[in-house]
Amino acid sequence: MQFQSQAVAKPYFIAAIGLFVGQILFGLIMGYQYVVGDFLFPAIPFNVARMVHTNLLIVWLLFGFMGAAYYMIPEETETELFSPKLALLMFWIFLVAGALTIVGYLMVPYATLASMTGNDILPTMGREFLEQPLITKVGIVIVALAFLFNISMTVLKGRKTSISLVMLLGLWGLAVFFLFSFYNPSNLVLDKYFWWWTVHLWVEGVWELILGAMLAFVLIKVTGVDREVIEKWLYIIIAMTLITGIIGTGHHYFWIGTPEYWQWFGSVFSALEPIPFFMMTVFAFNMVNRRRREHPNKAATLWALGTGVMAFLGAGVWGFLHTLAPVNFFTHGTQVTAAHGHMAFYGAYVMVNLAMISYAMPMLRGRTANSGPAQTMEMWSFWLMTVSIVFITLFLTAAGILQVWLQRMGSTPLGFMAAQDQIMIFYWLREITGFVFLLGLVLYIWSFFCKKGEAQTAA
Amino acid sequence: MSETFTKAMARNIFYGGAVFFFLLFLGLTFDTMQTLPKRDHRENITDSVVRGKHIWETRDCIGCHTLLGEGAYFAPELGNVYTRRGGPFIKAWIAAQPTGAPGRRQMPQFNLTDQELDDMVAFLKWTSEVNTNKWPPNIEG
Repeated sequence: MQFQSQAVAKPYFIAAIGLFVGQILFGLIMGYQYVVGDFLFPAIPFNVARMVHTNLLIVWLLFGFMGAAYYMIPEETETELFSPKLALLMFWIFLVAGALTIVGYLMVPYATLASMTGNDILPTMGREFLEQPLITKVGIVIVALAFLFNISMTVLKGRKTSISLVMLLGLWGLAVFFLFSFYNPSNLVLDKYFWWWTVHLWVEGVWELILGAMLAFVLIKVTGVDREVIEKWLYIIIAMTLITGIIGTGHHYFWIGTPEYWQWFGSVFSALEPIPFFMMTVFAFNMVNRRRREHPNKAATLWALGTGVMAFLGAGVWGFLHTLAPVNFFTHGTQVTAAHGHMAFYGAYVMVNLAMISYAMPMLRGRTANSGPAQTMEMWSFWLMTVSIVFITLFLTAAGILQVWLQRMGSTPLGFMAAQDQIMIFYWLREITGFVFLLGLVLYIWSFFCKKGEAQTAA
Repeated sequence: MSETFTKAMARNIFYGGAVFFFLLFLGLTFDTMQTLPKRDHRENITDSVVRGKHIWETRDCIGCHTLLGEGAYFAPELGNVYTRRGGPFIKAWIAAQPTGAPGRRQMPQFNLTDQELDDMVAFLKWTSEVNTNKWPPNIEG
């Protein structure tokens, strides 16, 4: 750790991992509800479990991004953080607001929660991923603005590297596009159109800038490759991201009431969206192969390489599978989408956060890298989680293809539930694999407490 | 990458590309906004439809169902449920939940009034009339 104020990243990373655990537990509940439909009903209906699962994911990724920014920016700008106190204050506000929101989902019927929290004044709730009560949404904006103020002021007074500028641009974009979550017209088609401006322009737009900047930062640190080379790659990757991804939003505009021409724009541009992810994989392997130093943190390098590969598979390949309009006509709104969602989020955003945490956390604990046995344990957790997400994706893909076949093709299509009954075996396999993922996550956390071996302290 | 391709060039492609394609996106959005009234039949959005959408949202229906293919994949598509089942069936179905069949997926009881059920049906009816380019492929959704 080169700057004292980087220490504020630590609580952010710890909270991120804690919420990650919660996300996985609720995922397991939902997975079980897929096979035993009345599990925990009516205490935790499926829709409540799903809100908790997806909202925890978003919140912990945001904790990870913020922690990453607080760690990276002082080092990149070569100056202390503008206000570590503000960063800590925002940490607690965000954590308490997030926890209260989850408690609200679980303890109060959603309609009651909505009327308690001002949803009748400005209705924003009840839309996928944006289920948060109005006061939580306002809280997110306040925390985001305070965070951006803090980070921007730091960049302004320090060295302006490309990595810090790209990170800043991504984070500002994140805040700006979140504002569309406050726009909820009573015309469903308009609602859906602009809902994607938050959801798509986040995950297939500005979040990829954050991802690229985080990956570039970790790669510079672990490989020692010249900054000029890495930053050139970063720019070209994020250029391709936005060139393909902005118009790529069109792949959501095939069947929601929007004009036919979106089938062409959406298909062509989103078919190109794998390119930046492929470049990311080539980039990561290239930089590691050309490394100028042997960084003792092998686990962080593994996560960084894994991010490239899994983001390409999950977001790139699995996205392409169902992004062409004639294919999407059949797969839209099936388990194929769920398959893609799981591997894309894990491969891109979960893994880049874990790569950053893997690199930064030992530093924050006063060492260059964890001991050999601790790293071995962490690498086991890498493989357990990564292989199980691959299998979860394969099982959901199989379920999705069968679902399409049974319910949407042929002369005697089955009804929704009849088709679901036919593909139950894949839901069982997915749920079992989910427990392997949990095992990997437990091992991951355990690796932080591994006392065996000597941690490496030499810089 | 070759030495003649500099970081500054890469940066310019990034900024130029981002601005150009975002402007193109805004242009397409503007055109879409001009075309939408003919496709979403907004003249049919009555107060009842508006209330129905509010009920849809405040019960988090999207947490189990898809609507025009978006949402969760735990329960049937509802964008065309009005065509598939009709208004009276939808009302009776919502009122009869949960089925309590052991091991089966359960829908909560929302205790909606008759007026609220009518609003729900009005919203689903309007939704079923949106021009979705012939999606879903068949009546099963």
